[in-house]
Amino acid sequence: METTAFQKIYTKITQITKATCSLKAEGVGYEEIATVNGRLAQVVKIQGDNVTLQIFSGTEGIPTNAEVVFMGKAPTINVSDELAGRFFNAYGDPIDGGPAVEGKEVEIGGPSVNPVRRKQPSELIPTGIAGIDLNNTLVTGQKIPFFADPDQPFNQVMAMVALRAKADKIILGGMGLSNDDYLFFKNIFENAGALDRIISFINTTENPPVERLLIPDMALTTAEYFAHEKHQKVLVLLTDMTLYADALSIVSNRMDQIPSKDSMPGSLYSDLAKIYEKAVQFPEGGSITIIAVTTLSGGDITHAIPDNTGYITEGQLFLRRDTDIGKVIIDPFRSLSRLKQLVIGKQTREDHPQVMNAAIRLFADAANAKTKLENGFDLNDYDERTLKYAKEYSRELLAIDINVEIDAMLDTGWGLFAKYFNKSEIGIKDALVAKYWPKN
Amino acid sequence: MATNGKVTGIIANLVIVEADGPVSQNEICFIRHKGVDLMAEVIKILGNKAYTQVFESTRGLKVGSDAVFMNHMLEVTLGPGILSRNYDGLQNDLDKMKGVFLKRGEYTDPLNPEAEWVFTAIAKQGDKVEAGSWLGEVIEGWMPHKIMVPFKFEGFYTVKSIVKNGTYKTKDVIAVVTDSKGKDFEVTMTQKWPVKVPIRAYKEKPRPFKIMETGVRTMDTLNPLAEGGTGFIPGPFGCGKTVLQHAVSQQAEADMIIVTACGERANEVVEIFTEFPELDDPRTGRKLMERTTIICNTSNMPVAAREASVYTGMTIAEYYRSMGLKVLLLADSTSRWAQALREMSNRMEELPGPDAFPMDLPAIISNFYSRAGFVYLNNGQTGSITFLGTVSPAGGNLKEPVTESTKKAARCFYALNQERADSKRYPAIDPIDSYSKYLEYPEIQEYLKNTIGADWVDNVTLAKDILLRGKEVSEQINILGDDGVPIDYHEKYWKAEVIDFVVLQQDAFDSIDKSTPFERQKFMLEQVLDIYKTDFDFKSFEEVNPFFKSIINTFKQMNYAEFKSEKFNGYLEQIKNKINERKAV
Ligand SMILES: Nc1ncnc2c1ncn2[C@@H]1O[C@H](COP(=O)(O)OP(=O)(O)OP(=O)(O)O)[C@@H](O)[C@H]1O
Ligand SMILES: [Mg+2]
Repeated sequence: METTAFQKIYTKITQITKATCSLKAEGVGYEEIATVNGRLAQVVKIQGDNVTLQIFSGTEGIPTNAEVVFMGKAPTINVSDELAGRFFNAYGDPIDGGPAVEGKEVEIGGPSVNPVRRKQPSELIPTGIAGIDLNNTLVTGQKIPFFADPDQPFNQVMAMVALRAKADKIILGGMGLSNDDYLFFKNIFENAGALDRIISFINTTENPPVERLLIPDMALTTAEYFAHEKHQKVLVLLTDMTLYADALSIVSNRMDQIPSKDSMPGSLYSDLAKIYEKAVQFPEGGSITIIAVTTLSGGDITHAIPDNTGYITEGQLFLRRDTDIGKVIIDPFRSLSRLKQLVIGKQTREDHPQVMNAAIRLFADAANAKTKLENGFDLNDYDERTLKYAKEYSRELLAIDINVEIDAMLDTGWGLFAKYFNKSEIGIKDALVAKYWPKN
Repeated sequence: MATNGKVTGIIANLVIVEADGPVSQNEICFIRHKGVDLMAEVIKILGNKAYTQVFESTRGLKVGSDAVFMNHMLEVTLGPGILSRNYDGLQNDLDKMKGVFLKRGEYTDPLNPEAEWVFTAIAKQGDKVEAGSWLGEVIEGWMPHKIMVPFKFEGFYTVKSIVKNGTYKTKDVIAVVTDSKGKDFEVTMTQKWPVKVPIRAYKEKPRPFKIMETGVRTMDTLNPLAEGGTGFIPGPFGCGKTVLQHAVSQQAEADMIIVTACGERANEVVEIFTEFPELDDPRTGRKLMERTTIICNTSNMPVAAREASVYTGMTIAEYYRSMGLKVLLLADSTSRWAQALREMSNRMEELPGPDAFPMDLPAIISNFYSRAGFVYLNNGQTGSITFLGTVSPAGGNLKEPVTESTKKAARCFYALNQERADSKRYPAIDPIDSYSKYLEYPEIQEYLKNTIGADWVDNVTLAKDILLRGKEVSEQINILGDDGVPIDYHEKYWKAEVIDFVVLQQDAFDSIDKSTPFERQKFMLEQVLDIYKTDFDFKSFEEVNPFFKSIINTFKQMNYAEFKSEKFNGYLEQIKNKINERKAV
C-alpha cells in the first residue's frame, strides 16, 4: 500500500499495548485501515481525537514515534477471475511469487444478504462418505464445521470432501495452519489437478496470530464475488476456527473488555455468526457453502468456541476414533446436518430418512448394551445382536474411508437390518419394509 | 426545535453524541454518514453526552458527524397491511428493499400507503370512545382488522364524525374525535407506538383459563400451554428448539402468528418464507402465510436491531390483540437478545452481573414476558397473546442467567434434553423436568375436564407418574442388571416406553404425525393407558422387550395413519390381538 501525497503522517503514539496503539488523529473513520511503521492496523475505537488502532502483526518493536498513515478505507481485496489458482496471505498479498491481482477493489466484511433475497438451499453435495451422505447430508449454501480433537485427520477429510464436492471454486482460509498442513493442502489440490479452481488465504503458525482475523473475510468476500457475480458454486474451507476465536480473545483482552465464558469476548456469537452467515444460496444458482474446522480440547463441546459455533452453524460433523474397529468415524450421535431434511427422501431414495434414523437408533441400543457389559451384566439376545450390528455398521457405513453412492449406503443399511434384526425391531413404516427388506 | 448533536466517540456500534439540547433516554436519533442517515437509540446519558446504539454498521463513521434527535422513542407503525409481511427488527419491509445485499440506512415503509382498504364503520357519531376503541374495520386478507382510536390518546373522546363505508388509504382520515375540552383530533388508519412501552388499552388481564392447542403431543398432553400464557424452550444447540417452534407456528390454534427470528440463522427464516405460502393452515385451509407475520433479525444483521426485534414483535402482537384476536408470538432465540444487551453493556463498561450479562437482565426479561396475556378489552371482547420463546443456554447448562431469569418469568418450561435428541427421541422435551404451571390452575383443570374429558387431567397425571416410574426402574435395571430385578420392573419400564414412543415422540416431518388434534391425543392416551392397566403374563424378562417393541412398532404405524381410517383401525385391531395373546388370565 503506497502513501499518497494527501495523506497526513502522524508520528506521535501515546499508548502501546501488546496488540494496539493509540494516538491523536483527526478525520479518521471507524474500521479504517492504517499502517504503523509499515504494519497493517485497523481503527477499533475513536474517542474525540484519540484513535486506537489494532496492529495485526503485533506491536513488538513499535516506537512511540512510529509513522502512522491512515488509508481512508476499510481493508479491501481486488476481486477478479485472476484470483483462481493463487495463494495469498491474510492481507491478500500473493505468497506464491506471482504478480499482484488486478480487479475490482471491494471492502472485505461487507453487508449481509437480505434474507428475502436468499433461496432455500436445495442441492445435495455428495461426498461418498456415508457418515456424511447417509446420516448428515450436506447441501449447497450450508455452513457446517468438523468438530474434532487436534489429533484427528480433519484436514484430510475436509480436503477429500472438497475435492469430491464438484464445486466451481474452492477457497481455503487457513488460520494458524502448520506449514506441513499448508503443504498438504497444496499438494493434494495439485495432485488432483484442481489448482485452477482453488484460491487460498493462508496464515500459518509462523505468522502473527492477530492477522488471522482477516482470513475469513478475505475468503468470503472472494467467495461472494464468484457466487454472486459469477453464479458459481463456491466451497469455502475455514480451518481452524478455534484459532480464529483465540485471536479474537487476544484482541479483546488487550482492549480491556470484560470477558464472558472461557475468557472469550462477549461478542463471540455475533463475531462468528457474521462469518458463517455468509453461506448462502442465491436464486441465480451461485452459492457459498462453508465447511469449517473447530478443534476441541478433549472432546469438550461445551467450551465457548464449539458451543457458540454449534448455535450458529447448520449442524456439525463430529470425528471420533472408534476403537472397536480401529478407524475414525463420523459419530452419528453428536453429528448433525440440519439441512439434510431438505434433500433426503426427496433427492435421494424415499427410504433414506427412515433407514438413517433406524440405523442410528439401533447403534444407540448397542451403546446401551455396551454400558451394561462394562457394568458387568449379562447381555440378552437383543443386546448381543446390536453389538454385532454396531461393529459392522461402524465399519461399513460410519468410517471415513467409505466411498460409495447413496443408494448403495441404503442397501447396506437394509442388509444389516435383515442380518441382525427382525422387521418389528427396526420401527420403519410397513410400506417401506415391504419394498426394501432384502428378499433372501 | 429539534436537538442536534455531533459524534465524539465510536466503539463498534456504540456511538457517543454530544447534544446541544434536551435528550431523553431511548430517544431515536439519526447520525448522518456520507449522505446516509443511520438510525440509533439513546441508551445512556451523561451530561450532554448521549450514548447511542446504532442499528447499523458504523464502518467509516467519523467524529464530528452530525446527529439529529427525533423526540420520540423507537416506534412501530400500526395499521392494515402488517399481516403476511416480512420485516426486519425495526419493522422495515424487507421485500421493499432493493438489491441482494442489505444497504445500511435503507429504511422502508412497513405499510403500503397506496393500498386501498374497504372500510366499514363500527362506531357512530356521538359514541364515547377511548384508546383502543374500535371505530371501524377493514378486511386484511381474510381477517377483520379493526381501526382503533390511537393508543396514544389519553382519556375519553366523543366521535364527532366518521367516514361513510367505502374505500380508503391508510393515511386517510376516517374519523374525527373530540376530547373533553372540545378539541378535535383526526384519526387515520395508521398510528405509531413505542415498542418498549406495553399497550394497555384493555380492561383487565385475568389468569389464563383456556388451553392453546399446538398439535404437539408432548406439549398439549403433558404440559399444555395456556391461551394467553407464556412458555419457553431451553436447550443445547441442535436439540430441536427451532423445529419445535416451527411446528407450533404451523399448527397452533391461533388467529395470527408472529414469528420473531432473533439473532438466529437466515436459512431458517428462508424456510418459512419458502414453505408458509405453500402450506395449509390445518384449521382454516388457508395458506399459513395468510396468518403469519415475520420479524427477522438474523445473526448477521446489526446487533442492536436484534434487541429491538423482540419488542417490535410484541408490539405488533399487542396491536392485533386489541382487535380481539388470538395471537401467538414466537421468538427464537431470546438468548441472542440478552447477548445483544450484554455486548452493549460491555461496551459501556457497566458493572457486569453473572456471566457478564447486565445486572438488570432478570427484570428486562420478566417485563417482556409480562406483556403477554389474555385480556378483556374495554368493549368486553377478548384477545390474547401467547408467548413462546427459546433460550440457548451456553454450554447447554441450564444454570446460566438467561435460563434462570426466564424460568422466573415464564409459566411453561419445555426443557430439551441432549440425550433424547442424541437418540433421536424427538421432540426432545424432557417429560420429567418440564412443566406447565397452568395444569395446577383450577380454572384450567375445569376447562380441560369440560372440553376434553372428565378423566383427562387424572389420565395426564397418571401418564406422568408412569413416565417417572419408568425412569426410576430403568436406573435400577442399569444398576442391578436385567436379571437382577423382578420381571415386573421390565414391564414397568416398557409401559413407560410405550408412552414415550407413542405419545411423546412425534415426527415433525411426517404429514400426518406432525400435528395431532386434542381428540386424537385423547384417544391415543387412552390406548396407552389401557396397556398400562393390563396385567401381562411374562415367563422371563427376555419376553418383555420383544413384546413391547412390537406393540410400539404397530402404534407408530398408527401415528402415521389418518385418524380412524381403515388402516388406523386395522393397526388398533392388531394391537388388541397382541395384547390378548399376552394378557394374564
Ligand atoms: N421433531 C423433530 N423431528 C425430527 N428431527 C428433528 C426434530 N427436532 C429436531 N430435529 C433435528 O434436529 C435438528 C436441529 O433442530 P433445531 O434446528 O430445531 O435445533 P435448535 O435447538 O433450534 O438448535 P440451535 O440452538 O442451534 O438453533 C434438525 O435440523 C433436525 O434434523
Ligand atoms: Mg434453533
